[in-house]
Formats: sequence, C-alpha cells, structure tokens
Amino acid sequence: MSNFDTSQRIFRFSSSEAIKHVILIFGALIVLLPFYVMLSYSLKAPAEIMQNTGGFFGTQEPFRDDYCIKLGNAVADCMVTPWIYNYQTAFEKAPLLRYLLNGILVTFSIFFIQVVIALPCAYALAKLRFWGRETVFALVLFCLLIPVHAIALPLYIMLAKLGLTNSYAALVIPWTISVFGIFLMRQFFMTIPDDLIDAARMDGMSEYSIIWNVMLPSAIPALMAFAIFSVVAHWNDYFWPRIVITGNRDLFTPPLGLREFKGDADGDNFGPMMATAVVIVTPLLVAFALAQKRFIDGITLSGMK
Amino acid sequence: MANIRLSNISKRFGNTDVLNGIDLDINDREFVTLVGPSGCGKSTLLRILAGLESADTGTVSIDDTDVTRIRPADRNLSMVFQSYALYPHLSVAQNMLTPLKLRDLSFPQRLPLIGPLLAKTEYKTLYQQIKNTAQILKIENLLDRKPGQLSGGQRQRAALGRAMVRDPLAFLMDEPLSNLDAALRVHMRSELTQLHQRLRATFVYVTHDQSEALTMSDKMAVMMKGKILQYGPPDEVYHNPQTIDVARFIGSPAINIIPGSTDETGCVSLFGKSLETHVSYPHSTLHIGLRPEHLSLSENNGNSFPGIIRHIENLGSDLFYHLETEGMSQRIVVRSSQSEGKRLPLGSLTYFKAQKNKLLIFGESGNRLTVKSQKLAEVA
Ligand SMILES: Nc1ncnc2c1ncn2[C@@H]1O[C@H](COP(=O)(O)OP(=O)(O)OP(=O)(O)O)[C@@H](O)[C@H]1O
Ligand SMILES: [Mg+2]
Repeated sequence: MSNFDTSQRIFRFSSSEAIKHVILIFGALIVLLPFYVMLSYSLKAPAEIMQNTGGFFGTQEPFRDDYCIKLGNAVADCMVTPWIYNYQTAFEKAPLLRYLLNGILVTFSIFFIQVVIALPCAYALAKLRFWGRETVFALVLFCLLIPVHAIALPLYIMLAKLGLTNSYAALVIPWTISVFGIFLMRQFFMTIPDDLIDAARMDGMSEYSIIWNVMLPSAIPALMAFAIFSVVAHWNDYFWPRIVITGNRDLFTPPLGLREFKGDADGDNFGPMMATAVVIVTPLLVAFALAQKRFIDGITLSGMK
Repeated sequence: MANIRLSNISKRFGNTDVLNGIDLDINDREFVTLVGPSGCGKSTLLRILAGLESADTGTVSIDDTDVTRIRPADRNLSMVFQSYALYPHLSVAQNMLTPLKLRDLSFPQRLPLIGPLLAKTEYKTLYQQIKNTAQILKIENLLDRKPGQLSGGQRQRAALGRAMVRDPLAFLMDEPLSNLDAALRVHMRSELTQLHQRLRATFVYVTHDQSEALTMSDKMAVMMKGKILQYGPPDEVYHNPQTIDVARFIGSPAINIIPGSTDETGCVSLFGKSLETHVSYPHSTLHIGLRPEHLSLSENNGNSFPGIIRHIENLGSDLFYHLETEGMSQRIVVRSSQSEGKRLPLGSLTYFKAQKNKLLIFGESGNRLTVKSQKLAEVA
C-alpha cells in the first residue's frame, strides 16, 4: 500500500515541471541546432550542402574532386566519398594535428600558469591580513570589468616591441594572470576555515607549502570550475591568435585552422571546414563527457560542505 | 619538558583592547586552564603563545628562551583546535605523518612517490611513531580513514594524535571538547587528564566551561575582559575567589550574592542580622557571597532567614531550592541533599541558615575583603 503511494508520488504529472521541461528542451534544441548543421555538413558533398538535400547523412554518393583533376589526375581516380573527402581534406589541407597539439600546449600552459599565479594571490586576498588588502581586492574586481578587446591593441604593441609576436609566448603570456581565477579562488578560500591554516602553520608548513598542500587539495572543485572556463575560452579563442599569429602556420591554434577553408580561390569549402570544426570541438566534448560529474560539482561548487 | 612564561602581553584589534598586560607563569608538566566568558580573549592569548598571532607588547618565553619573534613551527608546541582542523584530503595516518615529515625529513625526502623511496628507513620509523601514538589513543583501526569518515569523538582523537606524534614541548588546546556531546565530553575529560599524566607534558587548555577547568587542571586562570583575575589551583579559586567576578563565574549553580552592610565597628550584617563577622573597617555597602552548598534549610530560629520556595532543581543527588527573599530580586539558591527527607512544596515558606566561616565578603568595588574573627576585632 505504502509502496503504491510513493510510486504514485514519484510519477505524478506536474504541469509546472512539464512546462519547465518544454522550455528547457526548446532552449536545448536552439543551442544544439548549429551543432547538428555542423555535423551534417561535415558528412555531405558540396552539392548537397548547396542545394540542402540529402538529409542528415547525405546520400554518400561519390563525387568528382575538382582540385584533384586540376592536378592532372584522371577523373576515375578523383571520385571521392563525401565524408571521407571532408575529413581527409581537413587533415591534409591544413596540418590539423599540429593545430590540435598547439591548442593543447597553449591552453594547458595558460591554465597551468594561471593556477600558479592565481592560487597564491587568492590565498593572500582571502587569508592573510595586510595593509591595503581590500583595495587590492577592489582592483581585482575592477579588472574583471575590463573587456579583452579594449586592451588588445596595447597588448599587441607591447608584444611586438618585445619581438614576441608569432610565438607561443604571444599566445600564452597575455592570459597568464586571470583576475577571474583570482576572484573565484579567493571566494572559495574564504570558506576554508582559518583553523586549518593555523594547524598547518603549527605543523611547520611555510605559506607556500600551505597553498600547495592544504589549499589546493581542498580547492579541487573550484579549480575544476575554473578549468572549464579557462580551457574552453582559450581552446575556442579565435580573436587573440588571429592577432598575434600572422605568418607562421606552425603556430596556428585549431580555430585558426578553420580559416584555411575560408575564401579560397575556388570558393568556400564547407564540407572540410565543418569537418575541421567537428575535430576541434570533439576534444572538449569528450573531456566533458569523461569528467561530467566533477565538472558539475565544480560549477555548483557543492563538492565541499 | 617546558615551562612557559608570558609577561605583559597586550593586544588590540582595531579599537578594542582584547588583552591588557597579561602575566602568566606555567610550570613544567602543569595542566593549566584558561577559563572565562566568551570573548574575553582566551583564544587570542593561546594563539599569541602559539605564535599564530603577534602581541602588541610583551614577551613569550619557553624554557627561559624568548620566543616572541619565533615562527609557530619552531616553538615546538602543538595545538588542538576546536574544529579539529584535520586535513580533509588526507587519511588519519597521513594527517599524523605531516608534522613528522616536516620536522624530520629533508625536502626531497618529503616529495610524494620519490620521497618514500629515498628514505625508506626514515619513513619506517615515522610510521612506527604513528602506530605507537595511535595505540595510546586507540585509533589504530582508523588510520586509513579520511576525517570525513570519522565521528566527532574519533576526529577529536585523530587531532590529538596529530598533536602528540611529534612530542612537543607543550600542548595547546582551544576548547577541544566543545563539539562533543555531553556524555563523550565527560569521558574525554578523564581521558585527557590521564593522557596528561602519562605524557608528563605541559598542557595549556582553553575553555569557557568552568566545570572542565575545575575537574581537569592543576591550575586555572580566570580571565575576564582581557585580564587574568585570578590564577591558582581550582580549589583555591573556588573557595577563595579574590574578586566578585571570579566568585560569580566559578561554581554551578552560581554563588548567591547578597547585599549587606556593616555597622560602625565593621561588623557585617546580612538581611539585618549581625553575622558576628568583622571586616577591618566599616562599609556602607558590601556584597556577601554564599555558595549554595554553604546554605542549608533549617528551623525558624534566631540565626535563620525566611524565604519562599519558587523553584526546585532536582539533580538526583541534590536538590537546589530557589528561594524568594524579602528585598532581593535575585533568588537565593540553597542546596539540600535528597536524604534530608521531605521535599517541601513550591510556594511554601521555609528558613535557611548560612555557615558563617564560609562567607565571602566583597567590597563595593568587587574586591575581596579579609574577614576577622570577632575576637580579633575586639582586640584591635
Ligand atoms: N582577527 C580579529 N580581528 C578583530 N577582532 C578579533 C579578532 N580575533 C578576535 N577578535 C576579538 O577579540 C576578542 C577576544 O576574542 P577571543 O577569540 O580571544 O575570545 P575567546 O575568549 O576565545 O572567546 P570564545 O570563548 O567565544 O572562543 C573578541 O571580542 C573578538 O571579537
Ligand atoms: Mg575562543
């Protein structure tokens, strides 16, 4: 009897819940639509893309690769299956693997240095008492309001004067101090009891060792949240690499790779372009899927009580 | 082990004086309790002693060496916190290992993974120390657990373990029992006392609970408003409080403070009755302190005072009668043992008498006045 009651309660239809879900599903569809298009285009032949035929997968009928013919090959050798052609071109025409490695190197260097700088700053702002602390924190908050684009030009000029444009340093250095990271970690450190830090001091830890051995392990959830923001932002960043990487294609990050297919003499080549886009977003999606639970813990910061 | 001397310690936070010129001498192997109401500066004093806070004036010395400017870790004291402050991401054993590692191992030996390979024998001795300590505290089976998987009492022991492993000069404890339930608290009290005897170390123990101070300590320092009002063995403080504030703070139920006065010879009277007790010179107002156990119900005779029973507190072994008396807004508490027979009904009129030799007499300013016997007064 009681079992029956609870099951009834669990499956009871609630109109407000239903409306919430309808709205959320609708929102999710809007967000997912571009992904659907991206995936679909990455599989289809150019003609199908232009004429908008072939459904999601396209017909996958072999078509003639004009570029191949231009190179003087026989027509029979130049018939290609659309999805294979798209992905092959993505990797061949642009050194996509190299771009992916660059992306990994740059995003992880940025994140690593950001953490190395933000944790001590956050610790000082949250737990040490010194003259002017509130002012410094106010400055941090103020810096949160500065849009990147506003300071892009001065930054570029500084890097250029130092002769650092077209280098990994140019991609990494401007992002190494993350005020958002400092702010986020400071808020989190505020919740860590002072006693814990005092206990560590009694045990003989130095302030730096407290940061790395006590604060860091307790701050993993917050750090995960910060990692998402930082890695996603810099993996996907198009603006800054576009500015500082002008000549050397070896330094391209994945989003710059998309440009390879834009505005060619033979027109836009959407199939390979979308295939590149798929390859670029996949690492993030896979990483998210693997660490989904921790990511969500991190975002809600509910990992610590 | 260690004697500790605090001299002339003062501390202000912003505009509030938290400590005003504190002097405290703690002998080797003593169990000293700092007790006082909330906010009187006990924790601050303990933190200054630990080195976690710096004093504005004054010096801290341990074993006759001035350590005022020395880092907490180098003072070789260990501290147990109210919240236990165990490292949440480490197991109990690793929690206990941390201070040992930091004291005994070099930097490369402390590194994770490589360290234990570099210094196998060192780690072995450290783990042996941890095991020994765990044995004393009966937490051997908890060594692999994280603090989050322990009960309050177990966490308390783990925190004690972390403090004990490195054999400090003295133990500092800031209300270590206040997060435990009542039964466990009483049990841990006796365990701590035993531990103190076993370790033969100096203990400095902060509490706002006077019964902890009375039961556990060799000496207690009663603090109020940033001053030590009295410092001495619990018996001394209880039976011989130097000020009215100490008398009021120590003892449960609280001492009865009754206004009194003297005649021109200095003879003290209570509720208009002369008590045949003299103070050295006449006072117009006095405070007379009488502990509930020094009052008893009695017949209506020339030495007793009337009161109406308003409340009865039954503690099992004892009964405490709260009596309303004429001219007193505060009720007077009288102890009576259960065996004294019949329980009197609420609202009934009864009489009580005082043991005159137990009177504590305080002047208007709250300082204790010396009492002279009638004979001496007559001689004078
Ligand atoms: N960091 C600080 N900044 C400002 N004021 C402080 C600070 N630490 C303590 N105080 C103040 O100093 C006074 C004494 O604090 P302390 O913690 O020593 O009291 P306590 O006797 O330990 O009280 P409790 O029994 O409640 O723990 C309090 O009034 C408190 O508000
Ligand atoms: Mg305190």
